[in-house]
Amino acid sequence: MSNAVSVLNGASFDGLAEVKDAGLVGMITLRGDLSSKALAKAVLNVTDCTIPDVRKVAAVNGNTVAWMSPDELLIVTDYQNVDAMVAKLSSALAGEHALVVNVSDARSMLTLSGSGTREVLAKVAPVDFSAEQFQPGDFRRTRLAQVAGAFWLGEAEQMHIICFRSVGQYVFDLLKVAAHSDAVVGVYT
Amino acid sequence: MLILECPYCGVKAEETELQAGGEAHLKRFGPGSSDDDFHDYLFMRENPKGVHFERWRHVNGCGKWFHAARCTVTLEVFGTYTAQTSTPPQALLDAISEKRPGWTWREFADASTSHNGEEVAD
Ligand SMILES: [Zn+2]
Repeated sequence: MSNAVSVLNGASFDGLAEVKDAGLVGMITLRGDLSSKALAKAVLNVTDCTIPDVRKVAAVNGNTVAWMSPDELLIVTDYQNVDAMVAKLSSALAGEHALVVNVSDARSMLTLSGSGTREVLAKVAPVDFSAEQFQPGDFRRTRLAQVAGAFWLGEAEQMHIICFRSVGQYVFDLLKVAAHSDAVVGVYT
Repeated sequence: MLILECPYCGVKAEETELQAGGEAHLKRFGPGSSDDDFHDYLFMRENPKGVHFERWRHVNGCGKWFHAARCTVTLEVFGTYTAQTSTPPQALLDAISEKRPGWTWREFADASTSHNGEEVAD
């Protein structure tokens, strides 16, 4: 068995906010009809989460389910747990028009935390991060400077950021520059 | 900057999240059509000064295609709507007629005026 490592292999940077590799994270793409009762039941049984509202996440017992599009969810869970979860979902959705795929190794996850979190991310994504507009549980797919990315705001103002593994280093370097301690804007303080 | 509200995820997306998809509501002329129809389908596009209908994709977002109606002169956006239709919604057409009386675009037009731009008598 090969020794799986995340693309950033534990890298971190402390500046206006702390940028940190989240390590290996399990991610499952689930495509299907989000209004289907069978799909909702399968997701609830396997993840303990209900189907999230548009641009929201649902998080229960270490599992997070994110609304990606009107026919797509992203399930975030333990890396070790993924294969079992894919198998459970696949059998629960047998006969349904749905697709379940392990995408863990195609993705990279980082966290951004600390008082500068909103400001740092606002520098690289065209999103309003004011406290009234972007709240805990809110999820957004957008771009991070020049690459596709997604993020949600978890507890304690911690931002969970997802990108493709191939651009993991780019996103880390990007956030490092945006979080440089000499680069204060002060827009959300 | 152009800002369009994605009808699928509700994001008021600015241009950098979007990909332009060209003219909306093209009718395909494929195998069996006349050379003229095929030529027009491939090459002839509207280039209006005023009301225009386009396809856009929320590429850096939910990834879905949608339609948008806007004014090419003022950049005013009249509205966005689902991709799963071959005609703009009537409410949107009415709203455009309110703002741009006498407008025409391919087979669509302000229903309250005749094609020479005169008011239709009641
Ligand atoms: Zn969208």
